[in-house]
Amino acid sequence: MVILVYLIPISLFLGGVGLVAFLWALGNRQFEDPEGDSQRILADDWDDRPKP
Amino acid sequence: MMSAPSISACPACVAAPAAERLAERAAAMREEGIVLSLPTIHCAVCIGDVERTLSATPGVRSARVNLTLKRVSVVADPGVSAAALSQRLEAIGYPAHELDPGLLSVTETDRRGRDLLMRLGVAGFAMMNIMLLSVAVWSGAEAATRDLFHWISAAIALPTLAFAGKPFFASAWAALRARRLGMDVPISLALVLASAVSLFETFEGGEHAYFDAAVSLCFFLLAGRYLDFRSRAAARSAAEELAALEVPRATRLAGGVETVVPIAELAVGDLVRVRPGGRMPVDGVVTGGTSEIDRSLLTGETLPVWAGEGSVVSAGEVNLTGPLTLRVTAAGRDSSLHRMADLVAVAESARTRYTSLADRMARLYAPSVHILSLLAFAGWFWLTRDLRHSVNVAATVLIITCPCALALAVPAVVTSASGRLFRKGLLIKDGTALERLAEADTVVFDKTGTLTLGAPEPVALEALPRGDLAVAAALAEGSSHPLSRALAVALSALRVAPAALDELHEVPGYGIEGVFRGVRVRLGRGAWVGANHASDVTATWLGIGDAAPREIRFADAPRPGAAAAVDALKARGFRVILLSGDTETPVARLAATLGIDDWQAGQRPEEKAARIAALTQEGARVLMVGDGLNDTAALAAAHVSISPASALDAARSASDIVLLGQDMAPLPDALRVARLARRRIKENFALSLGYNLVAVPVALLGLATPLIAALAMSASSITVSLNALRLR
Repeated sequence: MVILVYLIPISLFLGGVGLVAFLWALGNRQFEDPEGDSQRILADDWDDRPKP
Repeated sequence: MMSAPSISACPACVAAPAAERLAERAAAMREEGIVLSLPTIHCAVCIGDVERTLSATPGVRSARVNLTLKRVSVVADPGVSAAALSQRLEAIGYPAHELDPGLLSVTETDRRGRDLLMRLGVAGFAMMNIMLLSVAVWSGAEAATRDLFHWISAAIALPTLAFAGKPFFASAWAALRARRLGMDVPISLALVLASAVSLFETFEGGEHAYFDAAVSLCFFLLAGRYLDFRSRAAARSAAEELAALEVPRATRLAGGVETVVPIAELAVGDLVRVRPGGRMPVDGVVTGGTSEIDRSLLTGETLPVWAGEGSVVSAGEVNLTGPLTLRVTAAGRDSSLHRMADLVAVAESARTRYTSLADRMARLYAPSVHILSLLAFAGWFWLTRDLRHSVNVAATVLIITCPCALALAVPAVVTSASGRLFRKGLLIKDGTALERLAEADTVVFDKTGTLTLGAPEPVALEALPRGDLAVAAALAEGSSHPLSRALAVALSALRVAPAALDELHEVPGYGIEGVFRGVRVRLGRGAWVGANHASDVTATWLGIGDAAPREIRFADAPRPGAAAAVDALKARGFRVILLSGDTETPVARLAATLGIDDWQAGQRPEEKAARIAALTQEGARVLMVGDGLNDTAALAAAHVSISPASALDAARSASDIVLLGQDMAPLPDALRVARLARRRIKENFALSLGYNLVAVPVALLGLATPLIAALAMSASSITVSLNALRLR
């Protein structure tokens, strides 16, 4: 059962990483326009250089 | 319009003073700029086209398409108008309409939506972690291990509940202070009681802790709250929009001197001057000048009306061709425009009394849950004299009855149905609109701009000689009269090059005149051009020299899909009525074409509203479809209303659903989906009540464990959501 001492903090940490990633994505407006984002990768604009 | 509290309406929002909301709206408008609806965009190329075109427009700072919502938000300098932008988009083949910025208040809605989503995410992650620990407890962890797991669960659950449950606590507190018992009071009580009991049990090393139940409860409720929030839109008052149409100032004529004065300073008997293109500031009688006036906003008449000395005009009508002098008969509060705004305000206030299915459910639900839980406590305490066990049972009852599935029942269905209708081209502005749409049994249509496109188009132009057409094109381009403009557009589509004319000038109220190769040519009213018979169809006459004048007829094309929609409605047993402000002939003709037997022409706005009130009195549930100022009162008075995106702002504000595309065909579909949605909502209520019927006796008997609570809660929430998805 000693393994729990490692496993529980690890699982909590991993859960926390997931939560932080979610909050970052939310703050970064990644859920505003899922359909548009999936279409935008098909556009050729700014393929040659980054958008200023 | 719909500020009535619903299953999860936030009472704080309802109670918030209107002034605050207005200020918020103003702030939101300044930040977000212009939002245009683009019903036809669907791919990466469309996104590129729209964004490039808009960015290239002078004054536009940025443009971003949202394909999910089929919208583009534009940040632009104050001088850039939405109309100009949509014209540019229409030129490259993307029909665009401005949508009420209040309705779509992007920044404010985004902020609140993200806030809810964040709480939902936190609750979700906490729920997963606690569930992992709980599985170990359920599978038989004992003594120290179980206590440790309970402690860790508590450490995760308590901060999570404090953060994620805040919307419920805040609105429950507001409800209590307003001495009401909303849905959020039992929710908050269950959350608080569950955490308190579980914390106590953990201290005592008890067997059952409900942290997992409390957090998953919070998660499911937030999911319902988020869906509900997305289907709810800030309502704007159509009466306010109408008042905004009023011209604030007028040009007063006194002793030959023109002075610009506020409307409030005008008195009956004053003389007022109205320039071509201006809106009538007052009701009055024409004393000088001739012109034509466009009264389609007020009456729905397609044809501009001639106005000369003695003609009666109303505030809100547009002066088209010549300057007019009016003697004021009514100004300000007494003007017909103001009376109409009052009519709309009355209709709007009557409408807020609708109680949704969810409200009715919540009213029954909240007290019964409290009573049940209290009875459980009292019963067990009386039987066993064991306070700890009694409180435990009462808490279990609260947790198990807590309206997880009930909170999801309506929003999940509404979201699913709105999504489906949105793909068909209908934007649902109000959460309860679907329910009301499902109840409709009578459909009342307006004619101009609703069943027809509202723009007259010349017919049988090919029958005229090419040379005449060239003259007509040149004449038509010299005037801003709606018929001339329609003619010019049609002729340029036929690739007719305008002839070279001299001395082109407009004769206000009559037409346009010029000289072609030494011959006088005219385009305008029959009598003026020299035609001696008057016809009741919309027509203009072309006269070249002394040759017999030629008639160019116009027809207002029916909206695509209108006939199919009317047929489908009649086939499904709806009563279809046509109410138009237009004259008898065109209305009768359209009614015959579309097969509508019940029609009335020459209806004034108040008559339309009165007819709808009469129908409602007879027990009919009326769906009003209209677009004009003259329909606004009727739209607000009807049980549920739809307007096309091309409609006036006030009409769109008054209606619950906006038809985004030009096609009318999705209308019968919308009614079908609405009825389906109502059936799903009722099924969902039955499902969640069914779960309660099974689980509550178990809880009352004190046999419920955290495992049973978790199973009942998750299973019912998931079934309800899946049932809602069946709509797609």
